[in-house]
Amino acid sequence: MNNSVAKEKIVSLRKKRSLEDMRFKYYGFTAMCLSLAVLVFLLYTIFSKGYTAFQKTIVLLEVDYNQEVLKLTPDSSDEEMEKGKFFRVKKQAIENFFPDLSKSDIKLIKKLFSINVDNEIKDYFLENPEVINTKQQIWVTAHSDVDQLLKGNSRRDVPEDRRKLNDIQLSYVDQLVEENRVKQVFNNFFFTKADSRHPEIAGVAGSFMGSLFTLFTVFILSFPIAIGASVYLEEFAPKNRITELIEVNISNLAAVPSIVFGLLGLGVLLNVFGLPRSTPLVGGSVLALMTLPTIIIACRASLKAVPPSIKEGALAVGATKTQAVFHHVVPLALPGTLTGTIIGLAQALGETAPLIMIGMIAFIPNIPTGLTEPSAALPVQIYLWVESAERGFQEKSAAAIMVILIFLFMMNAIAVFLRNRFERKW
Amino acid sequence: MFFWSLVLIAVGIFSSFIYGRSRIKLNSKKQGTKSKSLPNYYAQYVLMWCLFPALIVYFSWAIFQEQIIQNIVISNFEYIEGAVYNEGLLLAEIRNVANNPSFADGKSIEIINAASHYSSLRQISQISFYTSIIIIMLLGALYASQKLKPEFHAQHTIEKYIQYILIFCSSVAIFTTIGIVFSLIFESLRFFAEVSIFEFLFSTEWYPFIPIREGQTAAEGSFGAVPIFAGTFLVMVVAMCVAAPLGLLTAIYLAEYASQRVRKIVKPLLEILAGIPTIVYGFFAFVSVAPFVKAFGQSIGIDASPTSALAAGMVMGVMIIPFISSLSDDVINSVPQSLREGSFGIGANKAETIKKVILPAALPGIVGAFLLAISRAIGETMIVVVAAGTAPNLTGNPFENVTTVTVQIVVALIGDQEFDNPRTLSAFALGLVLFVITLFLNIIALQIVKRYRERYE
Repeated sequence: MNNSVAKEKIVSLRKKRSLEDMRFKYYGFTAMCLSLAVLVFLLYTIFSKGYTAFQKTIVLLEVDYNQEVLKLTPDSSDEEMEKGKFFRVKKQAIENFFPDLSKSDIKLIKKLFSINVDNEIKDYFLENPEVINTKQQIWVTAHSDVDQLLKGNSRRDVPEDRRKLNDIQLSYVDQLVEENRVKQVFNNFFFTKADSRHPEIAGVAGSFMGSLFTLFTVFILSFPIAIGASVYLEEFAPKNRITELIEVNISNLAAVPSIVFGLLGLGVLLNVFGLPRSTPLVGGSVLALMTLPTIIIACRASLKAVPPSIKEGALAVGATKTQAVFHHVVPLALPGTLTGTIIGLAQALGETAPLIMIGMIAFIPNIPTGLTEPSAALPVQIYLWVESAERGFQEKSAAAIMVILIFLFMMNAIAVFLRNRFERKW
Repeated sequence: MFFWSLVLIAVGIFSSFIYGRSRIKLNSKKQGTKSKSLPNYYAQYVLMWCLFPALIVYFSWAIFQEQIIQNIVISNFEYIEGAVYNEGLLLAEIRNVANNPSFADGKSIEIINAASHYSSLRQISQISFYTSIIIIMLLGALYASQKLKPEFHAQHTIEKYIQYILIFCSSVAIFTTIGIVFSLIFESLRFFAEVSIFEFLFSTEWYPFIPIREGQTAAEGSFGAVPIFAGTFLVMVVAMCVAAPLGLLTAIYLAEYASQRVRKIVKPLLEILAGIPTIVYGFFAFVSVAPFVKAFGQSIGIDASPTSALAAGMVMGVMIIPFISSLSDDVINSVPQSLREGSFGIGANKAETIKKVILPAALPGIVGAFLLAISRAIGETMIVVVAAGTAPNLTGNPFENVTTVTVQIVVALIGDQEFDNPRTLSAFALGLVLFVITLFLNIIALQIVKRYRERYE
């Protein structure tokens, strides 16, 4: 009797314990799934907010390239054509956009067009000078407010004073849609233009080039220095206090917040050395110092992975230590060091705070062409657009994030490829 | 300008290499003896003596040229009695006029004079730059070529030089640290000359005053950083509340329960989460999480502001999940198998083994991982800049707007940076606090982890 009670107790206890085991396992499983779900949600948010930025709205405009309005003749030279009065042509086109417009309506309709329309009308003419004195149907870029409305990003059911477009403008937009005079096409501006105050003509080309120049600087500075430092620490350094100090220093430097490196750049590179502000040269130098510990650690690991027998073989046939290291160990470790460097560069690509500190946050409306020109960088561009009150910039920031993520993905893919292609198992 | 000088240097070192090679061959032929090292080493010797002096000239010119020219221009500037000049604006104006003559219209005569002075100085500097590079390369090559005798051990010397270069490379990290410490301390001292350190550390009022007009002193602002520290702490606590359980449980699941296949899929995915730039998390917090937090706060009757500690903290927590999970995963994996086997041997199941044996054994390592995560959370910038707000607010309510150390650094340094007012300098004082705290956390964490590793090795 007593025995069976005990047995029952043990069985129920075992049940409870295995239930507990299951529960604990599911806690872990749920935690993992939650973390991954956030990743999916994050990517979904970016995609759903950003994919519309790859399209822009264009409007059909009838332009009369009248020679008197343009103040040009059919045999004007190229320079004269450059100076044609295209804004007058545009004004005329907008005045005749709908039949019988009142003056106040013309003003409202003007706001449906991008500020870039003058240039588009001009470019069309410069490409086809034979259209002089003819009427042409041209697709021109719509204003960001129209664009956002038609993409469904801004709502039309809010009160009029909280909308960018008032009721009259809305009715005109609706009329355009009805008459098929608007359509959405691929937004080439996003990839060919630099930042702008006007969302419809803002692009990532400028900041992309800025990021490329910055990464180039990072690579030029950090790769040789990291290889030198890791070769020294791995192969030559005597075991003493100073070496230990350097090693502790590197591991602590890896955990210093990035913004502190920005302060270093501001306090030393800009204020003491007087390097030019807002340039990829300074940004790249700061990021190089920041990523150096990461790259050194990776380089040391790949140097360590080369078996000592190779170095010893070289020493045995009479090579000096320097020869053994530089002719045999370093070449074998090179793929590994390159992989580490690319991963460090990927980290540098996403850094924002240090670049803000050294002034790469300035508004730069043109595409940089050199290391010492003021320029933006992709992550800072995203920050500027996120902070911007203008609605049209939100989709731009999400789209710029997609660009940076694709860029990062490619760098990592290259790193993985290098590792798989060249890594040797000893 | 500097591009062509790089080309010049490249040509110089190439020809010095060729010269060194042919010269040593000639010399050994003349003396009829073989040289002690291979000809290439002699060539490298000449090359180094050509390259390094040229690089030193190059960099010192690149760094100091502009400053020296500006100083000369400013010191020779014909100031008009009584007029007040802002040196920075004046310089910018002079530079503009010098670079672009069309700006000269309507500028006063002394600015136009200074601009022409500036451009003539630039020209002189350029010419002397090129000549000095050429001269220094020739001198270097000349010095080196005197040593090109067959009995000279070029290889030994080259290897010694290589050692020096390697030592220089490794000391860059030290220089960086010194640079950080000195720039932070130097600017902070200037800040504490105007604001008392006790006010900074213990006062609760943060109203940094920005002088708008000339002649206003900045002493009227108040710089009590307590609300900023409190905000940083609050965001960090929220972040750890999200990241600590999720990260640790994920690590336990991956290390103890998950099959090889699951590990192989999940680990790279978590690495993606770790590799996403922080500004992307900031965007996510701003666009998705903050509106959600606001709506949630309203639904339970709390008035939440559009940017809140909760939104920023939650997203920051997500950011450090992979950090905690990968560190804890390592730590749990390094608990010796024998402990697990012993526990299973006396009849414990997996959950009991983990809770009663593995976690206590791994505790120091996990604590270390948490400390590192906290240090990362404190130093994180972009998420809080975008999602936490900028108003200093001494509160424990996570639905309210708070500000952090990193946000205040960014806010202080965006826009015009005049290094004569405490508003700008406060960034360096805050940076110093940040640096000291993260360094401290880091050293402790690394010590704990190291000691833990030693115990099981």
